[in-house]
Amino acid sequence: MDVRKIKKLIELIESSDIAELEIVEGEESVRISRNSSTPAPVYTAPAAPIATASPPAITANAPVAAEAVADAPAGETIDAPMVGTYYSASSPTSKVFVEVGQKIAIGDTLCIIEAMKMLNQIESDKAGTIKEILVENEQPVEFGQPLFVIE
Amino acid sequence: MIKKLLIANRGEIALRILRACREMGIKTVAVHSTADRDLKHVRIADEAVCIGPPSSLDSYLNIPAIISAAEVTNADAIHPGYGFLSENADFAERVESSGFIFVGPTADTIRVMGDKISAKNAMNASGVPCVPGSDGPVPDDADASLKMADEIGYPVIIKATGGGGGRGMRVVYDASDLLESIVLTKTEAGAAFNNDVVFMEKFLEKPRHIEFQVLADTHGNAIHLCERDCSMQRRNQKVVEEAPAPGITTKQRKKMGDSVAKACVDIGYRGAGTFEFLYENGEFYFIEMNTRLQVEHPVTEQITGVDLVKQQLLIASGEKLKIKQSSIKPNGHAIECRINAEDSETFIPSPGKVNRFHLPGGLGVRVDSHIYGGYTVPPYYDSMIGKLIVHAEDRDAAIKRMEGALSEMVIEGIKTNIPLQRRIMEDTAFIAGGAGIDYLEKKLGL
Repeated sequence: MDVRKIKKLIELIESSDIAELEIVEGEESVRISRNSSTPAPVYTAPAAPIATASPPAITANAPVAAEAVADAPAGETIDAPMVGTYYSASSPTSKVFVEVGQKIAIGDTLCIIEAMKMLNQIESDKAGTIKEILVENEQPVEFGQPLFVIE
Repeated sequence: MIKKLLIANRGEIALRILRACREMGIKTVAVHSTADRDLKHVRIADEAVCIGPPSSLDSYLNIPAIISAAEVTNADAIHPGYGFLSENADFAERVESSGFIFVGPTADTIRVMGDKISAKNAMNASGVPCVPGSDGPVPDDADASLKMADEIGYPVIIKATGGGGGRGMRVVYDASDLLESIVLTKTEAGAAFNNDVVFMEKFLEKPRHIEFQVLADTHGNAIHLCERDCSMQRRNQKVVEEAPAPGITTKQRKKMGDSVAKACVDIGYRGAGTFEFLYENGEFYFIEMNTRLQVEHPVTEQITGVDLVKQQLLIASGEKLKIKQSSIKPNGHAIECRINAEDSETFIPSPGKVNRFHLPGGLGVRVDSHIYGGYTVPPYYDSMIGKLIVHAEDRDAAIKRMEGALSEMVIEGIKTNIPLQRRIMEDTAFIAGGAGIDYLEKKLGL
């Protein structure tokens, strides 16, 4: 299975509505999936071992999506200032702090990040309108992970 | 058995720990700062969590961030490596009270052995010989301190009890300088370690630094794994280490080794540790204990065949030590050269992109390094980028093997101390063996 064939397959997928394509040729197989639009998870997928100076762009049996990261959210983001568990409200029965479309000012509480059994209120350092919420309630987040898209 | 381990460190030691985990089927969580996303162990770990910005204080020294990362990944245990939080009793305590296993001794042990005065008291009680000294803080009364120094005999050294890594100490050669030196050292200690308690010891002028490796389990078993000679130092930082120590006899090794193994049992030690001694005129004098894995552990691994990190993980999992003391014998000779990203002459750190990287190889050549071609050494952390270790049938063969390995090692794009290491391997006093801790600085004209 040579790289040109695989390149052609990728072009095929990109120009069509195919979500996933798997081809088996003798003992070799290739599976190519279209990138999904959900953001990359906190935990990085096991990367190819560093056998060569640069990891091969396409490896047999690995989805192309493994190398690409989700499209960076357009607009500015508010990122997690610490690692912990994200909560969208101060308790399971409370109203969520922010919703998409909501206008926020600097200092408004956006969410809670829990670390070591302590609930930390995360305040906004920007003013604007929440365009997108990138994380889900009770999702683990790491330092610097984008939480909200704001404009 | 531990199932998932969070590695609370970076660089070469994080990779070392990851390798042991991989062999034992333990899943790994690599926590890292934003500057360390491209660390080798981060790229190959099972999971990676970014815990903070580049500054160590906000990342690798950030206790809540590390414990939080362990919570969100459901790790069972945390390995602190060396440096950073590895000897922070508060960290060990919080790790355990948060429900995780701390790979190391208990917080209480870290506290007792981390305070140099209480460590000496514990060693005296256990029968481990110590440097003659004040056996407690320097008295506030000026006459009493002068009398104490007279009894010990000049030169004396004033040391901060909370100090470490060679900092917080001052040598006094004459009674006329004693009182001022005490005041100065106390002030420095208060500022640097938040603890201005100082004690006094006899200052040994040309000692060698010889340390003993120990392993102790939670079932009352403790063994020693022979000694290392770490006398090649610059500014109290080790540059070259070797095992066994040249000139130390089997009888000496057994006597000292047995006494430190007994001390482990006496103090309830758990895990891997090192007892550091100054050695002069055939006598060993305890100075401090490092309650963690050390940088130079590979030379002990080479001569004993014991994987110290695996043993740490087994002990932390509650397993009984399977190694018998009688099976520990030094086999051949091992030397380690620390490879630092620094100018060989000026010692100014040299971070930057490594654009050409070629490692030596062959029988008895080991490289513990996280560096790879294309990796950028960040400026935020210490300059050690790897360790080159050789093992051969005897010391002369080991030196020749190290010379060859150093000559084959290529690291381009940044400056390294490889030229200095090559000079040390050719140095007559080093080749003769037994040089003291003052030797390297004198050779470098410092």
